[in-house]
Formats: sequence, C-alpha cells, structure tokens
Amino acid sequence: MRLLTHNMLTSHVKGVNNGYPLKIEATEVNVESEVDFKPEFICCMIPRIDWDVLKKALAWIGKADLLPEEIVDNYEEDEEFLRKVHHTIMEIEIVTGSLICPESERSFPINKGIPNMLLNEDEV
Amino acid sequence: MEIPTPIFSHVKNYPDVYEPAEDTFLLLDALEKDKEFLKNLKPVLSVEIGGGSGVVTSFLNEILGDSLLYICTDLNPQAIQCIAETAEVNHNYSTEVVQSDLLSNLQPRLNGLVDLLVFNPPYVVTPPAEIDSSDIASSWAGGTRGRMVMDRLFPQVPSLLSKRGIFYLVVIKENDPEEICSVFESLGFRGESIMSRQAGPEHLSILKFTRLQCTASGKND
Repeated sequence: MRLLTHNMLTSHVKGVNNGYPLKIEATEVNVESEVDFKPEFICCMIPRIDWDVLKKALAWIGKADLLPEEIVDNYEEDEEFLRKVHHTIMEIEIVTGSLICPESERSFPINKGIPNMLLNEDEV
Repeated sequence: MEIPTPIFSHVKNYPDVYEPAEDTFLLLDALEKDKEFLKNLKPVLSVEIGGGSGVVTSFLNEILGDSLLYICTDLNPQAIQCIAETAEVNHNYSTEVVQSDLLSNLQPRLNGLVDLLVFNPPYVVTPPAEIDSSDIASSWAGGTRGRMVMDRLFPQVPSLLSKRGIFYLVVIKENDPEEICSVFESLGFRGESIMSRQAGPEHLSILKFTRLQCTASGKND
C-alpha cells in the first residue's frame, strides 16, 4: 500500500464520525521500490493530497524527514521537491501492518501490501 | 486486437476468482475502441471496482501507460491477490489494490477525483440472498434484476467522478440498460451503449456515462 492510497482511505465503522486519517502501524515497509518519475502526474496529485496526513504517515513509519513541512511555492518548477513527493507517495510501500481507525481503534490489516478494509456485519 | 491482452494464465490458480470470459473481453474490446478518447482524456486516476482477475485494469495500463494511478478493488480475498499478481506479471507499476466493498473506504477522499471509473458488476439475476458472499459467487450474483450490487454504486458516481470523469459499466439485457441510462440522466449523465454482443444466453452491453454539460456547477462532494 503506497502512502498515496493511505492518504485516501477512511474508516466507516458504524458510529464513527471522523475515520480519517487511519494511523499506520507498520511491521514491514519497502522503501526501495522504483517507479518512473512523472512530474506532470506529481503536479496533478499535489493539490489532491492531504499534506498534513502525508506528513503524519511518514512520521508513523519513522520517515518524517523525507518531506518539508510545507508544500513549496511554484512546486511545478521545483524538480527536487517533486522528486521528494514522488518518492514518498509512489515508492514507499507498507507491506505488512495495520491501519487503525482514529475513533474506534478498529484495526484494518495490511498483508502483502494490500489493506483489507472490509467491515463485519455488526460494524456496518 | 492491436493492444495485447494482458497475461492472465495464472488466474486458474485462484479457484475463487472469475476467469476472464466473454463479458471481460467485450469490455476490453470497447476500451480498445475508445482508446483515442481515453488517451485524450489524460486521466490522472483510474478506479476499477470488482477487478476480479485484474485484467481490465492491466489492459487500461497498456492503453494509458504508467503516468496515472490505477486503483483496483475487490472484496474477494483471492481476487485481490490475483489482481496484484496480474499487475506484477504485466509490469504494471502504478496499480494499487484495496480489499473493500465498492469504494466506501475511499470516500469521501476520492470524491471529485476519479477520471475513469470502470465496473464489470455481478449482473446475473439471482435470488437476493446470493449477493451476500465473499467467494466466487460474489463475482456474478446480482440479485433481483441483477441490479442489487450495481444499484448501490450508482448514487455515488456523480460525487466520485471528476468534472470530466467517465464511467464504463458492463450490463446484460435483464438489467434493463435503458432504465439504467434514465437513472443516470436524472443524476446528470448521458449514457450510451458503445458495444454489444450476444454471448450464449447473455446479451451484453458496455454502457458509457459522461457528465451532461449543464449550467449548474455544484460541488462534487
């Protein structure tokens, strides 16, 4: 599961008002995957990302230093910045771990890089 | 086909996963026919619901390349492994797999962001109770009129899609495609059948939905 996907996932356990963001507890993280850098794609994604949540996600996996605090101005022209964003959202994968609902503390497992967001009947 | 069909010989190793069949191939043919349209759309995010074998998302990757993110969901635990393997053997590096029921966990964050939405739903007419399973029956059991699963998605589509977002849906005659198109018209979309085929007892169609140009803008979420 890439951090870009984590940025989009919400818990909808019954009774939960705000299930976003899900806390990451990772036991296996792959930081060596290589994905072609496409600056236009990164520029399109930046407005769609919740930057604070991306920063939190990095902190939860012990990689808080990979990104600056704020999105830089004129990021479209800042290749170094775009490459950092690319690396964090597309090249870091949570292989094994859990996503924890911030309100209910319900744990959603991640195995082989795939999060299981299915709820039980009584949670729907 | 000019565009090569993705490798899917491994799908037979997943007994609970729906192997690509006539409906899958009709969808691939329709997407290939629409390939110039899709390339001109320049989607940034493609989402497939109920990806099954993962072949359709992989095929979209053949058409559109790696410059976008492909999210592929399924609730079947074997299907999600199969989708991941299909992406791997076909060298698709921008595919994310999520085990979920429709797209509920990806909303509201994905609202307004989906440029390309694809769904080959469980469309077979079955008794209603059959839709509640997580094994291979969930890939075809559509309950009453074969509509009980897809009908749950339809009201979410206007929120999910970006302003230029497009939705492709596989249906059979029993699902009443004309009525589906009128449902979407009331949701602000023009629907058309872009390809049809008779496959055994099933008369299949690929429906394509595009936002109607209208003066009311409104927010997507």
